[in-house]
Amino acid sequence: MEIFSWDFALEVLPALLRGAVVTFSATIGGFLASLAVGAILCGLYRSSSRPIALIGKSLIEILRSTPLLIQVYFLFFVLPEVGLVLQPVTTGIIALGLYHGAYVAEAYRAGFDSVPRGQWDAVESLRFSRYAALRYLILPQAIIPLIPALGNTFITMLKDTPILAAITVPEMMFEANDAGSQSFRYVEPITMAAIGYLIMSAVAAGFIHLLRNHLGRFR
Amino acid sequence: MTEMITFENVCKSFGKTVILNDFNFRVMRGEKVAIIGPSGSGKSTLLRIIMALQDIDHGKVSIDGKPLWEVNHGRHLVKPTRRHLRDMRSLVGMVFQNFNLFPNLTALGNVAAAPRHVLGLSKKESEARAAALLAQVGLSEKLSNYPSTLSGGQQQRVAIARAMALEPKVMLFDEATSALDPELVGEVLGVMRDLASARDLTVLVVTHQMGVARAIADRVCFMEGGCVVEEGGPEALLSQPKNERTRAFLRAVHLA
Repeated sequence: MEIFSWDFALEVLPALLRGAVVTFSATIGGFLASLAVGAILCGLYRSSSRPIALIGKSLIEILRSTPLLIQVYFLFFVLPEVGLVLQPVTTGIIALGLYHGAYVAEAYRAGFDSVPRGQWDAVESLRFSRYAALRYLILPQAIIPLIPALGNTFITMLKDTPILAAITVPEMMFEANDAGSQSFRYVEPITMAAIGYLIMSAVAAGFIHLLRNHLGRFR
Repeated sequence: MTEMITFENVCKSFGKTVILNDFNFRVMRGEKVAIIGPSGSGKSTLLRIIMALQDIDHGKVSIDGKPLWEVNHGRHLVKPTRRHLRDMRSLVGMVFQNFNLFPNLTALGNVAAAPRHVLGLSKKESEARAAALLAQVGLSEKLSNYPSTLSGGQQQRVAIARAMALEPKVMLFDEATSALDPELVGEVLGVMRDLASARDLTVLVVTHQMGVARAIADRVCFMEGGCVVEEGGPEALLSQPKNERTRAFLRAVHLA
């Protein structure tokens, strides 16, 4: 028997592509969720009220210091107990958003800190409202150092999606495993899945690079 | 003549460091005043208080007859709400030592931003105003340049146009030429001089370059230890200072 059968690889391809769509959706969903969670955590963390800041800091610490797998299981088994029954993929997206949101909050903080104090002096002296200042002046600057960090988050998240197989989300690794266990041939499905992750990561990295050049064109 | 800026018994400290100590100071409408003095003498803080970037611990500061800060031993008699500070800031424009241009906007965008997003002018109107101001400071050729592609002198001229775009009655220059290479001071000073020729505009310049004080001011104040030690016309104060501390400072500056 040959080590790698192209025929078998082609045979499992449709299932893997179905899985790839789920992987991609979960990553996009989780990424958007992490941007929102990160904004909330960063807002709490930077609050002028000390108790609120402490809550933000504690949440970030808890989310960063426990394994993603445990958080995934926790949501999967605990949410139904409190009457919230969700699709496994939705639970997975929430878990990814929470776990990575803690890192995104740190990235936001670093982005804001990278804007020099003098910019705020200028903004205040020119009477900008807080909204206009953030929207037109501060965020466009703060986002530049953020992009590599957020790009990292995206790619890490993509590679974290196989953990969602643990709660029956039919993503790419779940499908590869499934195909392997039915035929007792793992080489082709696992190799194909690896290539799938590689392609998605490479495309994401290229996109991040373009985005950075585009947003940072004033430098 | 009416008073444009009034400080009455103002105290300001940072921790244990006293910056302004029972400070009294008046500037008339249209007056051009230069403030000189050693670093740490409270000159920049003075400007930041007028720009409402810094509060005070005690005393009263008024701009154009309206109270900006009124504090009795830490208790605010005039509430420093965002709204109040924004209203008062409409009277004042400020130019900073390090320009503080918005790096993500072109020269035109920097000047047009406040008319557009603060005054609510249309894109066309705000850009027309910005282009006119940039022409005034001699930068018609550089409208679409980002700050990173401009020289220090050009950046500071954009910053001056940007501050003027909101039509302030008072212009503050905080060491506006200090971060520039010597050969670029002239072009910025020229623009400041043009501005100062407007009779109605009140100008306050903090500087440690005596040439700047001479070129702009009709009154020069020497500040030290949170007080005005001596003041007078630029020639009188800079050439024949009466106070020993003023003399010591000017000697040190000329040697440097």
